[in-house]
Amino acid sequence: MAKEEDLFYSEHPVSASEDEGDSDEERKHRKLLEAIGSLDGKKRRKLGERTEASLQVSEFSVSSEGANNKIELSELLQPIKASSSLVTLKKQLNKVKHNAAVELPLSKEETQRIQRQVAYEKASKDITKWDRIVLQNREADQLVFPLNQEQLAVKPIEEVLTTWKARTPLEQEIFNILHKNKQPVTDPLLTPLEEASLKAMSLEEAKLRRAELQKARALQSYYEAKARRAKKIKSKKYHRVQKKGKQKEALKEFETLKMKNPEAALEELQKMERVRIEERMSLKHQNSGKWARSKAIMAKYDQEARRAMQEQLDKNKELTQKLQVVSDSDEAQVEEETLVPASINEVQVSTDSSNPWMLGKLRSDAKDSGIEEELQEPPILSNAGTKNMMEEEEELSEEETLLQEFEERRHLRKQQQKEEDREVEQSSGEMDPDKRQTSDLEDDKKDEQILDSEDIFQNLLNHNGQPDELGRSPTCAMESDANGLEKIADEPSVREEGPFLAEQLQRAQTMEEVGALGREEWAGGEEVQTDAVTREEEQQTMITVPEEKKNKRKKNSLINLKRVLSSSSRTIKTPALPTAVEEEEEEEGNQKLIIKEAFAGDDVIKDFLKEKRSSEQAGKPKNIDLTLPGWGEWGGTGLKPSTKKRKRFLIRATPGPPRKDHKLPNVIINEKRDLLAAAHQVNELPFPFNNCRQFQSSIRAPIGATWNTQRAFQRLTTPHVITKQGHIIAAMTDEDAFQSTQAAQQAKPAYSLNPQKPRTRRKPADAPQPLSSSAKEARRFSASSGASSTAVSCHRTFSGKGWRECDCA
Amino acid sequence: MKVKILCRNPDDYVRETKKDIQKVPRNYDPTLHPFEVPREYTRALNAVKLERVFAKPYLASLDGHRDGVNCMAKHPESLATILSGACDGEVKIWNLTKRECTRTLQAHEGFVRGLCVRFCGTSFFTVGDDKAVKHWNMESPGYGEQEEPLHTILGKTVYTGIDHHWKDAVFATCGQQVDIWNEQRSSPMRSFTWGVDSICSVKFNPIETYLLGSCSSDRNIVLYDMRQATPLKKVILEMRSNTLCWNPMEAFMFTAANEDYNLYTFDMRFLDMPVMVHMDHVSAVLDVDYSPTGKEFVSASFDKSVRIFPADKGHSREVYHTKRMQHVISVKWSSDNRYILCGSDEMNIRLWKANASEKLGVLTPREKSSLNYSQKLKEKFQHHPQIKRIARHRHLPRAIYSQAKEQRIMREARRKKEMNRRKHSKPGSVPLVPEKKKHIVAVVK
Repeated sequence: MAKEEDLFYSEHPVSASEDEGDSDEERKHRKLLEAIGSLDGKKRRKLGERTEASLQVSEFSVSSEGANNKIELSELLQPIKASSSLVTLKKQLNKVKHNAAVELPLSKEETQRIQRQVAYEKASKDITKWDRIVLQNREADQLVFPLNQEQLAVKPIEEVLTTWKARTPLEQEIFNILHKNKQPVTDPLLTPLEEASLKAMSLEEAKLRRAELQKARALQSYYEAKARRAKKIKSKKYHRVQKKGKQKEALKEFETLKMKNPEAALEELQKMERVRIEERMSLKHQNSGKWARSKAIMAKYDQEARRAMQEQLDKNKELTQKLQVVSDSDEAQVEEETLVPASINEVQVSTDSSNPWMLGKLRSDAKDSGIEEELQEPPILSNAGTKNMMEEEEELSEEETLLQEFEERRHLRKQQQKEEDREVEQSSGEMDPDKRQTSDLEDDKKDEQILDSEDIFQNLLNHNGQPDELGRSPTCAMESDANGLEKIADEPSVREEGPFLAEQLQRAQTMEEVGALGREEWAGGEEVQTDAVTREEEQQTMITVPEEKKNKRKKNSLINLKRVLSSSSRTIKTPALPTAVEEEEEEEGNQKLIIKEAFAGDDVIKDFLKEKRSSEQAGKPKNIDLTLPGWGEWGGTGLKPSTKKRKRFLIRATPGPPRKDHKLPNVIINEKRDLLAAAHQVNELPFPFNNCRQFQSSIRAPIGATWNTQRAFQRLTTPHVITKQGHIIAAMTDEDAFQSTQAAQQAKPAYSLNPQKPRTRRKPADAPQPLSSSAKEARRFSASSGASSTAVSCHRTFSGKGWRECDCA
Repeated sequence: MKVKILCRNPDDYVRETKKDIQKVPRNYDPTLHPFEVPREYTRALNAVKLERVFAKPYLASLDGHRDGVNCMAKHPESLATILSGACDGEVKIWNLTKRECTRTLQAHEGFVRGLCVRFCGTSFFTVGDDKAVKHWNMESPGYGEQEEPLHTILGKTVYTGIDHHWKDAVFATCGQQVDIWNEQRSSPMRSFTWGVDSICSVKFNPIETYLLGSCSSDRNIVLYDMRQATPLKKVILEMRSNTLCWNPMEAFMFTAANEDYNLYTFDMRFLDMPVMVHMDHVSAVLDVDYSPTGKEFVSASFDKSVRIFPADKGHSREVYHTKRMQHVISVKWSSDNRYILCGSDEMNIRLWKANASEKLGVLTPREKSSLNYSQKLKEKFQHHPQIKRIARHRHLPRAIYSQAKEQRIMREARRKKEMNRRKHSKPGSVPLVPEKKKHIVAVVK
């Protein structure tokens, strides 16, 4: 076979054309040689060799005879003459020749794996940029979704104006019109006309004008402020002074005018006359206006209102009076003249007797003309008396006058004390006007009450009228008034004289005190006093009329004194303190005895000790006896295992840990687990906490509004995730992630719960609270903030003495 | 005489307007308000009880499909719109506010395997058993017009899933291989193959949008980079993963729903061990979807229940089931983080609240603050046994309950056996393998 193969292989297709004969012979010769060679039994396997035709023959007439000899690259360079540059090239070529062959390319799987690895590494490297953001979001106390919420901001108006364009037909129409009228659209401040006018004014002029305007404005504002300030002043006195000053000024002016320019003065006078006439015509100051009516309501309670009304009336009077430039020779005449209008007024007003004006008028009249008052007053009063005070309004008014009277009297008393000496003298002289009435009283006992009241009014009238009548000082009038009172006091004193009279000076004091008590307290005071009044006095104070109350008041004040005198002798037995103290010392011994007696049987301390011992015993671990009787010995009833055996099988219990109360002699601590409570207790330490104290303190800090301020409560209860209803939460994107982190970094200082800042900010709100609590709140707040962050938590714990703060990392 | 009196400034306590809050001066001295912890504990207990009382998550059922709902897709622009594809090739578009179907189209013959909406919301893509990828307009055709797709691409093999790129006009399909398509072309831009088995789902990463993940039937999870010629890496699990979902807030996290009843959350950079193994289902998990906040995800299972897991917890916080709900095939979490939709075998789509006891509608500020407070209280006392017990208490269907019990017993037995084996063999010869590593077979580079 081999041979055949060889033969087959050696066969060559003959391709040569030229030297056919030669080559044929040669071939035959070689074949022969080979055949001979193969005869010698040796199995020479010769690789099939492919011979190329060009070995022998070549179409380019180049024989490849040296084909077996390898050509070296360097030999190729032989024909070229050696030169320095070629040596290096030769060397390089030699080097190349020695290098190993290029490695085979990797398999497809291998290359793909490498590609994958590279790609994966790149991708995971890219994605690590999110690490920080993810961590931040995971640890954030609060996340608000959607992430990139556009913040509403007010755009500047210029921007809006510049970007705005007319779109709708209506808008365009409007704009057309504006354009037609050369109204500027984008900068609508000045029309061309205005601009032109502006241009017309030169700069200096404008500046001057501006300065002027500025000055004027400043002045104006200054005056305005001043006026406002003045207007705001509530002091009546100030205004009165102001008014008076003005009046004085006017008068002075008038005087000067009179001196300088009599004609002008006359004119002025005429003007005043005119005013007077107008006043008379208009009845402006008649207290009939709205204001006056409102004041009338207030007058009952308000001294000021009353005074204001009075002033009005005075003004009326003043205005309606005819001005007399002439000397006061015909003063009486004037008085007579003035009387007329006053009476007219009175007639108008007095139709309504309930009207407080009337009273006011009376008084005012009284000041002016006592005579008239005397003529008019008594009938009214008597009227009131006979009508038996059926009308309440009247009563009220009378009450009012009484109160006034009372007030004045109070003032008087102060002065009275100074002038006590004089009083005595003067009182003797002043008796006459009142004596008439006292005599009346004596005559009629039935009318006593009414007359009492009358008397009071008389007194009132007296002290009002006296200054005019007798030209005496007001203090004197008051004294007379006091006398009047004394008279009233005298009435009961008809029956009880001696001690009462002696008490008069003191009584004055009591009156003053009573006055100081104020009106409101009167009713109560009266009641108290009436209770204390003796029967006799009760007869006197049997009153049906409210007017009588005033009377009673006076009487009570008298009675009060008397009662004081009488009650001084009475002694009420009350358990006074000092006696009790004395008794205590005595009783202490007693108490002890009683207690001893009561608890004679039981020895508490002993019992307690016993109990403690028993509980200790119960808690002790017990020995375990494992002996079984009958094993290894005889059994049966009455037989005991031997001591040796018992000892052997007894397992001694190891003493447990000492009891908690073993050093506390007075305490038993129950170490048993409370099952009911245990159901609600945490048995094992939950995950994020490192030790029990951390967990306990986290539980201990309350978060409710009961224990925290509103703001702290809100902060403590903010949810972790806030979403907006009906808003799509898009997945995170590059932009909003990295924007948000920037924003968070910027916001961080604001967000960090610095305990200093919020406290100072919150201070005004917390100011009314006690300082300790606010501080506590802040502490609690800081604690909570600490708890919210994961790494470090700050806790508030309660020790026996108070709250304290502790940090645990 | 000047009389000294106690006086208060009305500014301190009088409101300026009627609508101002009434300031109640209050002393926060702790001695005045004792028993803080017991009082708050009671409040927490009440809060947690009330939460269970008000836990009524089921909202509505959308019926109309004539076969099991195989896939669903959210509309990226409209909260009220949802798309669903059924096993009979029908696609329905629903209006959730009206709770009615607005459009129905016969998209494919056989199953609608995959459904995805274009990022702009104007059109959507479907793939079906008829080897076609169809591109549809979101708008329904005018009156009298035929319901026709914008484009149809006929492939050589069945496509089992589709997902659209989040920003570009690119979508990916899977079947025998993962193909990346340009919307304008009828042939794929790029194809990825690794191994021969079929791929059942592919998902684009919503943040790093060039990344993709796919699950294949040979138990692999494979990651791809759209820009590269080759896949990136794959991890082989013990059992097949049905689908995966990327976390929309954490670029490198994804969760895979596995046939072995568990879900695995991976960090794509460390595939050799999942970050978390979520176990609670008692049958194969078929679908998973992340909440848009990335804090939780919802999973649908063959055990006829839907569970909500916190992304960083091993056990579910909530389980939803109804008597009539069969195997849940697809599930979605609405883009406003409020609702959950699940499509199941028995042809219904159900709408649930994501937070079972949440009160829907507008809340007054007082309600809000009180809810916040009770939420915080529940958090604060969550470790207390009573509160934990009440908060965890759920009623389960008997099947799930007994199955869970059985599995617990099995797991315990296995653990015990391993422990015994370890005890009775040479130290170190039975290594302690953590639960997370148990389920990973290999990571292939």
